[in-house]
Amino acid sequence: MAVAAPGEPKGVSGSVGSARATSVEVEGIRREFGSFVALDGVSLAIRPGEFLTLLGPSGCGKTTLLRILAGLDVADAGQVRIDGQDVGEMPAHRRPVNTVFQSYALFPHMTVRENVAFGLRMKKVPGEQVAQRVTRMLDLVQIATFADRKPAQLSGGQKQRVALARALINEPKVLLLDEPLGALDSKLRKELQVELLALQRRLGITFIFVTHDQEEALVMSDRIAVMRAGRIEQLGDAEEIYERPRTRFVSQFLGTCNLIEGKATRREGLAVLVDTPFGELRAEGYGAPALPTQGSPREALTLAIRPEKVRLVSAGAAGEEGENRVTVTVRELIYIGSETHYLLDAPGGAILTAYVMNARIGSQGFDLGQAATAVLPPAGLLVLDD
Amino acid sequence: MAKDRGKREIEIRFGERLTPARQAVRSALTSGPGILWVTVFLLVPLLAVIAMGFLTRGSYGEIGLPLTFENYTRLAGFGAFGFDPLYPLVIARSLVLAAGTTLVCLLAGFPLAYFIVQLPPRGKQIALTLVVIPFWTNLLIRTYAWQILLGPQSLAAKAASALGLAEAGRPLYPSLGAVYLGMLAAYLPFLVLPLYSSFEKLDWSIAEAAMDLGADGSRVLRHAILPQVLPGMIAGMILVFIPAVGQFVIPDLLGGARTVLLGNAIQQQFGASRDWPFGAAIAFVGMAVVMLGLSFYARTAGSDSEEALL
Repeated sequence: MAVAAPGEPKGVSGSVGSARATSVEVEGIRREFGSFVALDGVSLAIRPGEFLTLLGPSGCGKTTLLRILAGLDVADAGQVRIDGQDVGEMPAHRRPVNTVFQSYALFPHMTVRENVAFGLRMKKVPGEQVAQRVTRMLDLVQIATFADRKPAQLSGGQKQRVALARALINEPKVLLLDEPLGALDSKLRKELQVELLALQRRLGITFIFVTHDQEEALVMSDRIAVMRAGRIEQLGDAEEIYERPRTRFVSQFLGTCNLIEGKATRREGLAVLVDTPFGELRAEGYGAPALPTQGSPREALTLAIRPEKVRLVSAGAAGEEGENRVTVTVRELIYIGSETHYLLDAPGGAILTAYVMNARIGSQGFDLGQAATAVLPPAGLLVLDD
Repeated sequence: MAKDRGKREIEIRFGERLTPARQAVRSALTSGPGILWVTVFLLVPLLAVIAMGFLTRGSYGEIGLPLTFENYTRLAGFGAFGFDPLYPLVIARSLVLAAGTTLVCLLAGFPLAYFIVQLPPRGKQIALTLVVIPFWTNLLIRTYAWQILLGPQSLAAKAASALGLAEAGRPLYPSLGAVYLGMLAAYLPFLVLPLYSSFEKLDWSIAEAAMDLGADGSRVLRHAILPQVLPGMIAGMILVFIPAVGQFVIPDLLGGARTVLLGNAIQQQFGASRDWPFGAAIAFVGMAVVMLGLSFYARTAGSDSEEALL
């Protein structure tokens, strides 16, 4: 974070050119509740038809940002443009966006059909046209059989579908989804993820999806904005976020990551040699494009490596030139079928995690207490920003 | 067979065998006091009033036989001197006053309940206490207090005359406005409290959903807020309407004691006129009209006509 140019919206520059059309553009949004800063200058540009996920722990401001986009909350500073139009002064009921609420917020006194028809009725769409469109929408989300029930008579998954239909029938330019799958059990959740994604592709509507579930974010999104304490910490597609996290927070929030503290000693071309408790490590993977090029080379920095990038070989096995090799002992192992997770005692009291695919036939891997060598491929060692 | 059935009746509760005899004793001990209370204080007096309505008043005001419908025919307007709709009018007037009071309380109570609910917790407590405080004073005293507040030298009277709404130096009562003001002051808490508790439970995300789907302020109120607070609103309206039907002290003191209402009609029969059977008949009809209205509501509200009511 410290090395990012001040004021520059991270990740936005470069990935969205100014000539490209944007569906939603957020600039310097700030929102405070008393002394609590919910949003601390968030900027974001979302492409038309994109599935963008706001990912972060509770309290990071993702729902507040969504509410500001919907017009249900007002920013203290900053601008929101939808299809190029500034909507700062536009009340919620006139914005070309619709929301799927976390609690669904279905009208309890109306039937499913009436719930879905609500938006069209507010727009004074003629009756027979409403009936037609409602029927089509009920078919699309597969709730036609429950059309005459009240929300109280529906299961969580069915309510979710009604909430979705009620929003989509208005053909919004942007659909905002606030943890829509949060209340569902994991099996149903996975089914609906797939359905939701298929629906989004089919309709081509921009989706802004809020979740705190990292797996959900990885599965569904075109791009993910990882948020923390009112800021967007990193923006990128799923692979970028997972493979090249820029900060400790992003690396830990999505999946697991080994963090190794050290000091840069010298540079060899694109590689950095880092003095760590494990000895000198060669890092060639760049978590951040903004690798410190200026300043003292003895700068303290953090290296990160995903457990599945760590290779485990027999102690004393011959290695190649330039490989990072760390002598470790197996402290704990968890066999989970397709892979085995190892907790390894490393030099300096550190613990290294390694996930090893059980690709061989027959007995797998290492035993408890066995000494081994962990190979940390230089390309898998990322230099973090913080 | 009989033995079998007897056996089956023995229940086991909390690990204890309950014989029919024991069960009877327990039922009497638990529900007995309640039944006794309702019988002595509700059922017996009610039956006495109903029965009295069919008896005859003697020349000195004593109650006796024969059984007769005369009290009811007189109440319907067919008296000794031909048809005179005095009592149907009394009942109608009382119902109109009660309905008007309910409406005025609703118009004032709805925004008030909404306002209180939006206050911070401390403010809510204070506001609710202020709503309830008038109950600590006797109704008669409160009503006389309104006479002072609306008197010729009062601020309200001066303000009204300054605005050209009233003649200078004259009190603002007796008047219809003063009657409704007094009724509002007396019955507002009955409506505000249940309505407040409905507002407190209100799911605001439903209002936001309505907004999000294109409803402006008034339609959010109608489609998202009103249906949610309707139960509390109806409860409050019933709590205002029923006592307001029998109210006559406020209309007397602030409206100038010129009209007969259900309440003072009954009082008069039981008091000055010493005609208890006729008083009982009036009381019973007044109660019957209100009960019929309520049961009609209960039947319609049970179905899907909540929206139709709006």
